Amino acid sequence: MTDSNHFALLGLPQAFAIDEDRLESAWRRLQAAVHPDRHAQGSGTDRRLALQSATRVNEAVRVLRDPQRRAAYLCELRGVSLQAESNTAMPPAFLMQQMGWREALEEARAARELPALTRLREEIGGERQDLIARIAELLDVRADAVAAAAAVRQLMFLDRLLEETDHAEEDLLGA
Amino acid sequence: MSLLQISEPGMSPEPHQRRLAVGIDLGTTNSLVASVRHSLPEVLDDEAGRSLLPSVVRYREGGGVEVGEAAARQAAADPHNTIVSVKRFMGRGLADATRVPSPYRFVDAPGMVRLQTRAGELSPVEVSAEILRVLRERAEQTLGGELVGAVITVPAYFDDAQRQATRDAARLAGLNVLRLLNEPTAAAVAYGLDSAAEGIYAVYDLGGGTFDISVLRLSRGVFEVIATGGDSALGGDDFDRRIVDWALAETGLGPDSLDAHDLRALLDAARRAKESLTDADTVTFAVQLSSASRVSLPLTRARFESLTRDLLERTLLATRRALRDARLKPEAVAGVVLVGGSTRMPQVAQAVAELFGRAPLTGLDPDRVVALGAAMQANLLAGNRAAGDDWLLLDVIPLSLGLETMGGLVERIIPRNSTIPVARAQEFTTFRDGQGAMAIHVVQGERELVADCRSLARFELRGIPPMAAGAARIRVTFQVDADGLLSVSARETTSGVEASVAVKPSYGLGDDEIATMLQAAFGNAQADVQARALREQQVEADRLLESVDAALQADADLLGADERAALDALIARLRSAREEAELPALRAATDSLARGTELFAERRMDRSIARALTGRRIGELGN
Repeated sequence: MTDSNHFALLGLPQAFAIDEDRLESAWRRLQAAVHPDRHAQGSGTDRRLALQSATRVNEAVRVLRDPQRRAAYLCELRGVSLQAESNTAMPPAFLMQQMGWREALEEARAARELPALTRLREEIGGERQDLIARIAELLDVRADAVAAAAAVRQLMFLDRLLEETDHAEEDLLGA
Repeated sequence: MSLLQISEPGMSPEPHQRRLAVGIDLGTTNSLVASVRHSLPEVLDDEAGRSLLPSVVRYREGGGVEVGEAAARQAAADPHNTIVSVKRFMGRGLADATRVPSPYRFVDAPGMVRLQTRAGELSPVEVSAEILRVLRERAEQTLGGELVGAVITVPAYFDDAQRQATRDAARLAGLNVLRLLNEPTAAAVAYGLDSAAEGIYAVYDLGGGTFDISVLRLSRGVFEVIATGGDSALGGDDFDRRIVDWALAETGLGPDSLDAHDLRALLDAARRAKESLTDADTVTFAVQLSSASRVSLPLTRARFESLTRDLLERTLLATRRALRDARLKPEAVAGVVLVGGSTRMPQVAQAVAELFGRAPLTGLDPDRVVALGAAMQANLLAGNRAAGDDWLLLDVIPLSLGLETMGGLVERIIPRNSTIPVARAQEFTTFRDGQGAMAIHVVQGERELVADCRSLARFELRGIPPMAAGAARIRVTFQVDADGLLSVSARETTSGVEASVAVKPSYGLGDDEIATMLQAAFGNAQADVQARALREQQVEADRLLESVDAALQADADLLGADERAALDALIARLRSAREEAELPALRAATDSLARGTELFAERRMDRSIARALTGRRIGELGN
């Protein structure tokens, strides 16, 4: 199982579009077979294998549950590395939008305005849904992993921004 | 053709083969032991019919240790040698231990604080082991035999150091730890299996010294923890302390005018006052101090509530955060379970009901539910599975794990609420030309700065061959097992240089220290120690033989004829070594059989994965 890919391990077709119920149910069924609790009376080898297998299954589910990670993983399976750290080239319009959102985030944070943060999160969330739909088309319909990788890099930006918005909201709620 | 009946490994249908296993709730205030008997979990009582053992340990004059009620009665008279709420000091340093006033003489020690008593300087691990030993003996007497193991519960919000310390205490008490189980998860098992619940549940667990909130999804026998939160230094004790502070302020007594006896007497009286306020609207808080002055004050419930409102608010904040982490609104929760004696305070139940918009479930005794759930899990792990007993717990780590990077910043490797077991690796590089070593500092917590997180371990990867800055590739791997315990390894990938650490050295006891203590505990005679070692090795050999037998019954077809013959030879060798009872030979034969079954075990694991996905069970595969 160590060399099988995440999709094969969970018995799912290798595509971006994913049946979430099937993913969750495969996760439960696999853990029911391999989890260390199921091998607590086994030999040392059995227990070590159970730990490794359960870890491997959890990792596969973590990657496939999240659209950004799933897309990045598919790009890599198709031989296109994301190079997220070295390749930071973005379309100018996307960068402008990013800067606008960052400013809005800073303003809302400074003014401690929860409704502004919520609006911002919804706006970015909407853009994120569009981007995910585009990635789905690039990977599953046009089979263009290079273009998909570029879109995934944008998605990483949006996810990071959403995370910061979340933190800002948390800070306001916790105060 | 009729189907072969194959019992799964670890399934023992005959009652006489039943393996004795217990669940232990090692609480701040009280501890309990429970076991599944006649297919139902029950809390085991002592000879006097009491099930709750006060978590109080007293080191008597002239030697000897007493645990429980007898020790608790002497707490005010002998405060330095009577340890109450030792759980608060597990895996904690001096700074944490002295944050709130307590009547102990602390000694700073690397990693974990120690307590100065007439029995010498003691680690909280040793003190906790005394409590666990009493519970082990109680269980062995009641159940009539030696235990194969125990599930020990820990607060979900316990960090790695606190978990390690708990496991060490259990080992020191002579218990084989089947699993460390999070207290709210144990409660969910007891509730969920009792009521066949489905959907999202929240477990609000306010004990004597710790607070946990866990959000779980229950679905067809799977208990999946989605998010957990809490505060491992917030509990009923803190509510007591508020009463003491109030009484001191009212009477104009300064905390410095009190000695250890007075402090213990005030804390005990505060606890009684708090408990009485569950039913009464007003109580009298009365304490006789050693200076002959007497404190006697009326305390109303309303006053008590306002004195402790911020403590309650802290639990609600953690609860809202856990819901947020789970990306759920309070309305999505189908039921809220109250656990821990402190949830008997009316204002707690009321606040929880308001937050979730529904009355909490209190069908099971909040003092016992954790021990009951732990007993059920222990029964399952010990291999006493009955038909239908096939629930599964998928738990998470409560706090993020990371490494220190340049500038004292934390690089997060595994985020909180990751399902365990989990492993994650991250690559780092050198920053100087020819750098031959790299210091690795493992921390736990949510803050950005290392100084604000808990330091778990430091170790060094040495022998990195000379390379230009930035050329080395150092891969650091974190593995968290099903007990929530971390081990870390580091490897320079171009040269293969490795270093690893089970995260123990900076907190908890080293294996050598445990071995020494065990030796002291079981008598010093060399012969005893050897006899014990031989018996342990025989148990290990039996376990291996049993599991290989079961594996061969189920999946012999995965082996070629040659492979089978080789395996049979190893089995025969171990069986004869088992009879000859010579420790070194027995150990060698056990190791060879263990190694000889690795490939077979891997093929079996792959097969069970394939079957899990196609939905066929072992019984359906005969033809």
